[in-house]
Amino acid sequence: MNSIWPLVQNETIKIIKKKRFYVVLLVLLVLVPMFTYAQMRQAQENRTKFGEDWRVELQQAITDNQNSLGSDRVPEEWKKYRRVFVQQMQYYLENDVNPNEPGGVTFTREFLDNSSSLFIPLLIMTIASDLVSAERTGGTIKMLLTRPIRRWKVLLSKLITLTMFVSLIVVSTFIISYVISGAAFGYSGFNIPVFTGFQPGDTGTDMSSVHAIAQWQFILMQMGLIWFVGLTVGLLAFMVSVLVRSTAASIVIMMAALIAGTILTNMAASWSTAKYLFMVNLGLTNYLSGSPAPIEGMTLPFSLGVLAVWALASVIVSFAVFTKRDVLN
Amino acid sequence: MDSKLTTTHPMVTADSQSVSSQEEIVLSVQHVKKKIGKKWIIKDVTFEVKAGEIFGFLGPNGAGKTTTIRMLVNLIRPTEGTINICGYDVTKQPEKALAYVGSIVENPEMYPYLTGWENLEHFARMQPGVDEKRIQEVTEIVRLDERIHDKVSKYSLGMRQRLGIAQALLGRPKLLILDEPTNGLDPKGIRDMRIFIRELASQGMAVFVSSHLLSEIQLLCDRVAIVGRGSVIAVGGVTELVEDTQHLVIWELEPQAQGEQILQSIPSIQVLDLESSNLDNDTAASLRPHSIITATPEEYISTTIATLVQAGIQIHNVRKLSPTLEQLFLGVTEGEFIE
Repeated sequence: MNSIWPLVQNETIKIIKKKRFYVVLLVLLVLVPMFTYAQMRQAQENRTKFGEDWRVELQQAITDNQNSLGSDRVPEEWKKYRRVFVQQMQYYLENDVNPNEPGGVTFTREFLDNSSSLFIPLLIMTIASDLVSAERTGGTIKMLLTRPIRRWKVLLSKLITLTMFVSLIVVSTFIISYVISGAAFGYSGFNIPVFTGFQPGDTGTDMSSVHAIAQWQFILMQMGLIWFVGLTVGLLAFMVSVLVRSTAASIVIMMAALIAGTILTNMAASWSTAKYLFMVNLGLTNYLSGSPAPIEGMTLPFSLGVLAVWALASVIVSFAVFTKRDVLN
Repeated sequence: MDSKLTTTHPMVTADSQSVSSQEEIVLSVQHVKKKIGKKWIIKDVTFEVKAGEIFGFLGPNGAGKTTTIRMLVNLIRPTEGTINICGYDVTKQPEKALAYVGSIVENPEMYPYLTGWENLEHFARMQPGVDEKRIQEVTEIVRLDERIHDKVSKYSLGMRQRLGIAQALLGRPKLLILDEPTNGLDPKGIRDMRIFIRELASQGMAVFVSSHLLSEIQLLCDRVAIVGRGSVIAVGGVTELVEDTQHLVIWELEPQAQGEQILQSIPSIQVLDLESSNLDNDTAASLRPHSIITATPEEYISTTIATLVQAGIQIHNVRKLSPTLEQLFLGVTEGEFIE
């Protein structure tokens, strides 16, 4: 038995028949309309407040944020974000581009932006966390490993299948988000210019490399980065599911790590070694839109590197453990 | 067939090609040991299984049967020793050795969310030369064709057992390994399973069956290895092993005290109390308060009866019990393995 594809076929059938992927789609189908509705209400409210002109609305947002910069009660951390935000919005205003041009595509871009560090990793965990542990809990691992196939091949087939499903989840998130929000906001907007290349620094945002790209290009870049984040989280969850016998434990471990990431992102600014943890590096899309990095010294290549090291390490651990370990129960 | 009781094992490594099919050694286990943590779970296991025979692996729970079986199918790596299947080392060339093996380790666990057919397709994709026709064949062999397209979660235990065997047979194995195959089956299921296993063996397949019930091994197997505390204590023909074992005889005599006195006076008869006799539950429950349990060599039974009759004692009942695993142990180890 030389080909790995029949094994990948097996794994794919199992994921689909176990209805794991349907759960992912269902979660998207329930949540995206909720976000769409919330967005719609906000747009309506803004329209009654500022009329049809988005410039008035944007100017108001800039003024609000500038005012809060003067307040003592606002922590310095927040002020950093707001200063960057103000600069960006001014840039949009000067170039006469509406950053919040309502439309399905803009909604999708924002949705992807917000879901990259927690929501999509969570969806991926639904599949990755029980790829191996479910075989152990169900006892089917005995059947799987007593066939005339090397263990590394069995594991590789699972890994390939995982990669396929990570890609599928990222693409489905885009499609579902676009189709549903498009019904509310219209399906146009792929060619709206979006600015990227903001480089937040200590002294203010460096505008020298800012340039406009079409929104579809921006989304494509986002999806690439989200795919990378998703794959890393998927591989880590995969490793945990090799190490831990119970699926529940494996999900809890990964959830704890991800949530710790979001908490750390908000408070670890002064603990600079935290930047080597994978969970604070999941917000890759923020580098595109130009939000300041949670910890100093973090850049897009840095984060990509950190994630790659974590992903590689978990693949090595997974294979080392899976091929050597005795199956005792 | 090797009918001699052996406790030492000078063996030659099997070469499947050069040996005739009648005597072909399918499975050869040589001085296998396994250490888990600091404890030697398996201390020394050596035996061979030939094509066409049903080989029993008999031992009490916790003796290391399942651990040994897991080593046979490469789920556990032996610390020392070698396991060869059809000439291939299981640890070094699992992809070759395991192609000759079909197995059910402990319970036949299949994917409950797939149908029986989908499960078989799944395992068919994991080995060469298994097509749809073969899947159809094995479902007919285990008589599961009516329900094969139902989800496994809806199967009864017996049906799962049969599906497990269908899965094991898919790759036309030369060696079939069944771990306690009658566990959880009803009496009819157990009988069917026996007939079925014999049929497979008559077609030349070697069948390796583990059990903790001597009766089951007696009814099914040609040869047996007896394991206790991680070592193979004896390997031999089942009939010979059982014949060498002391038989328990239960007497119901009147007057009881006098009868017991006579029994005690015969040197080759040993009167036992209930605790030391290791009876199984069913037999123990059938005893009356005045029953006398003795260990009596078979050939002495009729002369003893004559002696009792001469002494004017009424014999209400004499029952010879088939030996239990514990007694067999006593026979082969002279008691050293019984705690």
